[in-house]
Amino acid sequence: MSDQPPPRVRVTGPPRRRADVVRPVGTREIDAETALGEVFMRSLLREQLFLALRVLAALGLTLGLLPLLFHLFPSLGDARVGQMPLAWLLLGVLAYPWLVLLGWFYIRRAEDHERDFADLVGSVGSADPEDEP
Amino acid sequence: MSTDVVPGVVAVTLVSLATLVIGTWGLRISRTTSDFFVASRTVRPRLNASAIGGEYLSAASFLGVAGLLLTFGAEMLWYPIGWTAGYLVLLVLVAAPLRRSGAYTLPDFAEARLGSRGVRKLCSVLVVGIGWLYLLPQFQGAGVTLRSTIGAPTWAGSLVVAVVVLASVSPGGMRSITFVQAFQYWLKLTALLIPVFVLLAVWMADGAADPAAAAPASWSIPLASPGGGIGLYTTYSLIIATFLGTMGLPHVVVRFYTNPDGRAARRTTLAVLGLLGIFYVLPPVYAALGRIYAPSLVDGRSDVLVLELPSLMVGGALGAVLTGLVTAGAFAAFLSTSSGLTIAVAGVLSQDVTGRRWGSRRLGGVAAFRVAAAIAVVVPLLMSLPAQDVAVARTVGLAFAVTASTFAPLLMLGIWWRGLTPVGAVAGLLVGGLGSGFAVAWTLATSPSAGWASALLSQPAAWSVPASFCTMVVVSRLTRATVPAHAGRFMVRLHTPEAVELQR
Repeated sequence: MSDQPPPRVRVTGPPRRRADVVRPVGTREIDAETALGEVFMRSLLREQLFLALRVLAALGLTLGLLPLLFHLFPSLGDARVGQMPLAWLLLGVLAYPWLVLLGWFYIRRAEDHERDFADLVGSVGSADPEDEP
Repeated sequence: MSTDVVPGVVAVTLVSLATLVIGTWGLRISRTTSDFFVASRTVRPRLNASAIGGEYLSAASFLGVAGLLLTFGAEMLWYPIGWTAGYLVLLVLVAAPLRRSGAYTLPDFAEARLGSRGVRKLCSVLVVGIGWLYLLPQFQGAGVTLRSTIGAPTWAGSLVVAVVVLASVSPGGMRSITFVQAFQYWLKLTALLIPVFVLLAVWMADGAADPAAAAPASWSIPLASPGGGIGLYTTYSLIIATFLGTMGLPHVVVRFYTNPDGRAARRTTLAVLGLLGIFYVLPPVYAALGRIYAPSLVDGRSDVLVLELPSLMVGGALGAVLTGLVTAGAFAAFLSTSSGLTIAVAGVLSQDVTGRRWGSRRLGGVAAFRVAAAIAVVVPLLMSLPAQDVAVARTVGLAFAVTASTFAPLLMLGIWWRGLTPVGAVAGLLVGGLGSGFAVAWTLATSPSAGWASALLSQPAAWSVPASFCTMVVVSRLTRATVPAHAGRFMVRLHTPEAVELQR
């Protein structure tokens, strides 16, 4: 009986290995942490990070600028669209579809990147196209 | 008085019964240990998104937002926007890598990423602190609700929620909780949506008066009072706290682990964005109608707006039914959020406190969890008794400031930057946690005043978040020799798509 709880067992996802498949060379490069595998991973990481930053920039340049705009132009507080004050329309209603749209765009692009990455890794050094996962 | 009480009592009873029935039904199909803790990691995005929505939409969203909007106007729209946009930030920076990391809780993630038990312990302390800070307004809101609907003393409502939560989390089971939480999202949405149609019809029939005409001019300006530099600071600080704070909420992270894989985690997050967007369109309607029909609530009692507006606008049986409906929704909000938080806090406490050996005795797993759950509920319950007059949504806002200054930098740097070291993480957590924690304690203990000092302390995120980030980066650079050896390997696992089959 030790004071320390047992080490955590992590389950990271569905089983990913199939014993009967010949694993592509690109995958082995990453597993072995070679220079080539490193290049693969760094490029994926950079692409995904830049995509995330682009989405965040789009968020910051739209919603994020609103307080500043209303601060610089206080007359916007009186502006109305139909019956609704502009601020209530923008922040109470339109902001939400915009957030969903940004999220949808991000998922589409992020999955594109991951598909390209899988194709790239799968195709490196594999003489036989049937090797691709 | 006696007939006024009926809708509230019926609603509270029905919600509690429905929660127990669904929970029991879910327990029947929970068969394995994996079902119990992580719902076998097979919860599909749509069901999972409903469950996250159900857990996330707390008393602050259901009662607090409408109340703050009624009193202060458009500046408070930043709360619901921030609580939704937080999921967009979570989606683009954290969702898929966090799922792929295999971490069940935030301390698990810290330990796995940094290979340090010290960081784990500090994270555990923070989870417990944040969980209590977030539970506090749930209990307060419950007190307000029962006082408003059945005239019970304020402590009674807090006590009822605490007891029901304790009774329902002890059998536990993630799979059954998933169904309960999903049900509670749709209940909360229905409870706000159906009354809105009736109330809008009444408003149209009354000649559709303009709510803004009954309010001061600042009601249409989305800048915190008193405007000027302080208003701008407060608004942006709130935006930073809510946009970044969501990813560090202990009860949200656990739910991501029930996704099958990283791809499903992303889709779940997108669905959550949609569900929250639909919900948060509704509180402003209550606030606007409240300006016309419930002017007496503006000062001091705005938290009960959602509960009292139906009976103020619609009399008779229909009004009673609508009151019952919103009461049911509010009660579902306390129950779902409090259970989620209690499980998260009790999980950490049972691992690191009650599950340890004390003297010669050591509690077993289930007993340790039950003791931990009791501690997790009783402490915030006691804290909620003297602090009854703090606006519900504001206290929750403070909890977001603390998570944004601690777990947000840890997650973002841990996922995207290989150079993070254990020492750097600890230093950043301490700077962010102590800074924002002091500000929160100060704000809860003193009455609000004007001026920069008060603004800086009541909305600390704008300085505490950058301070935490900078500390983590600078200290990590200074101790770069201690970058964990497995960091590169771990980063590969976080970002590799499931289609690529790596050796684990």
